[in-house]
Amino acid sequence: MSFHTEGPPIADQRVPAGPIETRWDRRRFSARLVNPANRRNRTVIVVGTGLAGGSAAATLGELGYRVKSFCYQDSPRRAHSIAAQGGINAAKNYRNDGDSVHRLFYDTVKGGDFRSRESNVHRLAQISVEIIDQCVAQGVPFAREYGGLLDTRSFGGAQVSRTFYARGQTGQQLLLGAYQALERQINAGRVEMHARHEMLDLVVVDGRARGIVVRDLVSGEISTHFADAVVLATGGYGNVFHLSTNAKGCNTTAIWRAHRRGALFANPCFTQIHPTCIPISGDHQSKLTLMSESLRNDGRVWVPKNPHDTRKSNDIPEAERDYFLERMYPSFGNLVPRDIASRAAKNISDEKRGVYLDFADALKRLGPLAVEERYGNLFEMYQRITGDDPYKVPMRIYPAVHYTMGGLWVDYDLRSNIPGLYVIGEANFSDHGANRLGASALMQGLADGYFVLPGVIGDYLADGPFEDLDDAHPAVADTVSEVRGRIKTLLAVDGDRTVESFHRELGRLMWDECGMERNEAGLRKALERIPELREEFWQRVKVPGSGAELNQQLEKAGRVADFFELAELMCVDALHREESCGGHFRSESQTPDGEALRDDARFSYVAAWEFTGEKPVLHKEELVFEHVQPTTRSYA
Amino acid sequence: MKLTLRIWRQHGSSGRLVEYVMDDLSPDMSFLEALDVLNEKLILAGEEPVAFDHDCREGICGMCGVMINGVAHGPQKATTACQLHLRHFKDGDVLTVEPWRADPFPVVRDLVVDRSAFDRIIAAGGYVSVPTGSAPDAHALPVPKPDADTAFEAAACIGCGACVAACPNGSAMLFTAAKATHLGVLPQGQPERYQRARNMVAEHDALGFGGCTNTGECTSVCPKGIPLTTIARLNADLLKAHTTRSDR
Repeated sequence: MSFHTEGPPIADQRVPAGPIETRWDRRRFSARLVNPANRRNRTVIVVGTGLAGGSAAATLGELGYRVKSFCYQDSPRRAHSIAAQGGINAAKNYRNDGDSVHRLFYDTVKGGDFRSRESNVHRLAQISVEIIDQCVAQGVPFAREYGGLLDTRSFGGAQVSRTFYARGQTGQQLLLGAYQALERQINAGRVEMHARHEMLDLVVVDGRARGIVVRDLVSGEISTHFADAVVLATGGYGNVFHLSTNAKGCNTTAIWRAHRRGALFANPCFTQIHPTCIPISGDHQSKLTLMSESLRNDGRVWVPKNPHDTRKSNDIPEAERDYFLERMYPSFGNLVPRDIASRAAKNISDEKRGVYLDFADALKRLGPLAVEERYGNLFEMYQRITGDDPYKVPMRIYPAVHYTMGGLWVDYDLRSNIPGLYVIGEANFSDHGANRLGASALMQGLADGYFVLPGVIGDYLADGPFEDLDDAHPAVADTVSEVRGRIKTLLAVDGDRTVESFHRELGRLMWDECGMERNEAGLRKALERIPELREEFWQRVKVPGSGAELNQQLEKAGRVADFFELAELMCVDALHREESCGGHFRSESQTPDGEALRDDARFSYVAAWEFTGEKPVLHKEELVFEHVQPTTRSYA
Repeated sequence: MKLTLRIWRQHGSSGRLVEYVMDDLSPDMSFLEALDVLNEKLILAGEEPVAFDHDCREGICGMCGVMINGVAHGPQKATTACQLHLRHFKDGDVLTVEPWRADPFPVVRDLVVDRSAFDRIIAAGGYVSVPTGSAPDAHALPVPKPDADTAFEAAACIGCGACVAACPNGSAMLFTAAKATHLGVLPQGQPERYQRARNMVAEHDALGFGGCTNTGECTSVCPKGIPLTTIARLNADLLKAHTTRSDR
């Protein structure tokens, strides 16, 4: 039985043809502008205040637009970009080690396993350079050499040193830079900030995205906000797996509700599993903690040669250790891309035992001071969580869900198929293909927010301002009434199972059947089980309290309800893509060595899904490679 | 392991401590995971779960924070409540859990407080005015490594509010000084340095935070170990702002 139908193909209408190096320049030139005096009459809603949303809201405010910014946290500074550790890539070539815009472009297209758009990735590589300049000027305290210049390090999937970092807190420092720029605009009255507000639906009027319905998480009040354009910067959906490295509040509701209103959802099955996380310690586990990929610069990954070895790590002699990444991939060694490292770890161990990440050699080579300088806060974090001291015993690590490459479909202008709806950062699908390289999420979030969106949104806003709206408009009233109805239903079930218990069960199912390795039988099983479980959710969930107060269970219930629907689409997407690529590994499609086997003849396209309420409809966007020839990724 | 939690419950303008006995906890749990377990039980028993703020659970977002036996974020040094694990308590311990208490941080519900005053302090001047696109090349302005390190150390503040909760005066001076130091020691932050110090402190005072009397409680509970010397730097900048600058 097929779980989907196919509709007409789609294409990106906004990318200019011609030399890839000048496409972005030419698009910016062809995009219409809004003159500074008129920008005051254009309102833009930005949902989410992470690297993408925070930088976009600040920059649009600087340009003179009226901006309304929303986040569910108590302050825009808390968005989960803050937890990104390792660094941000930029093709500065300060190291003189052969880097260039073209090489970053090439590495990213290859790292994404040839499932991203060349034009978007090339633009990202070009803009990477400006991002570092902007952040340094804001006072982001990047690591520096003794000469006062910026330090860099290497990340997975690259053989050059192009990753700028601020100890293990790069995301925090970049986000604070964007947050401070945002607060400056708030102070200037150009951005109206709504913290502790959650977007629950998108308002579409006459085919245009015109606003959002939000719930004030403190009072419970439902209200509408209108604008000439709506920007979603609401992050990824990794929490569909229940356990992930995402913050507890990360959710899919904003993009899922937009999808239900007509926005296409692209490549939902492309999820990234990060190889170096702290293993699960028990059933109470509420989230997983990432240990930065940068650790693989100096740490060596190994398992005991004998899988039944019960000795403590330090008692296992050198000759009885298998440094499996160095053995299998001699030229990239411990720095192979994330998907490859994760699967290798999974194939060689399990989630209880994990694999070792060992710094003994680095401590000998560099000394404890240099190791502390580079990784001190990560070591402390590890010790805090596990009680073990990584300066003395190797860390135990295991892969965990970390990032979602899929997201709402956007064109070159980052505009979804709904006019006026823009999607930026992790919430869109555009730049990472089937696998994201380390230190590229921060780069993409800031590229989208500081430069791409502000560079082209004028082309759409030039048609505005659009007609004034109020809650009496039928389309608005319908949307609000749906939101209210949903909350009422969740509260009315009053069953016997907690939201958390459903989330845990859904997450386990997704991890088992749509996680690191997928196959047809498992996906079909999941597609049978998810609707049953969802049905049970709506029959048995227990949400205490009322809608007219701070109610954290109600917030979570709404998010989990949307995860149920998204989970099904992820499995449909994973089932239809009968190839392995990047983070999507179908066990039926592998080489004799167990590596991912792509099928470019059949699957060199973006799968963009349309919501119908019945079977989802697949629209294919063909991918064209003119500058990087698709080859089998080899890191051996 | 067993713990008795005496938790502040508040819905509306007044509250009280309510005792909960938990006897099936694991020492590997984080403190917030113990609250999760409690809430699951409360929900199934038809009671209201305990409201508490949290998000990343990695000690970096700054959203969580409670007083545990009178100490902000609990007994472990340099650790947020979400990273505090039960192995640091003894079987049978009784823990009193309360929200941050300070006038500018009104209680929203149970352990949740409103810290938006912190955003207003930053909005008053905690930035470098550099609109997107106007930056010179990143290497145009070298920064001596010791200055970069001092800036980083101060920039590590997560804005959790523990410093205010711990201070007998309810002062947010450590928070304010961390930002003033981060930007004030970097060359990028020089043009606005004194104005920044003056404006942030004026906003801090207007919001109702108390004055600093150098008790040092703030730095001892700070999960990121922001040093008291940041306050000395801020005071020096403030003095200069009010005495020598022409733009005062």
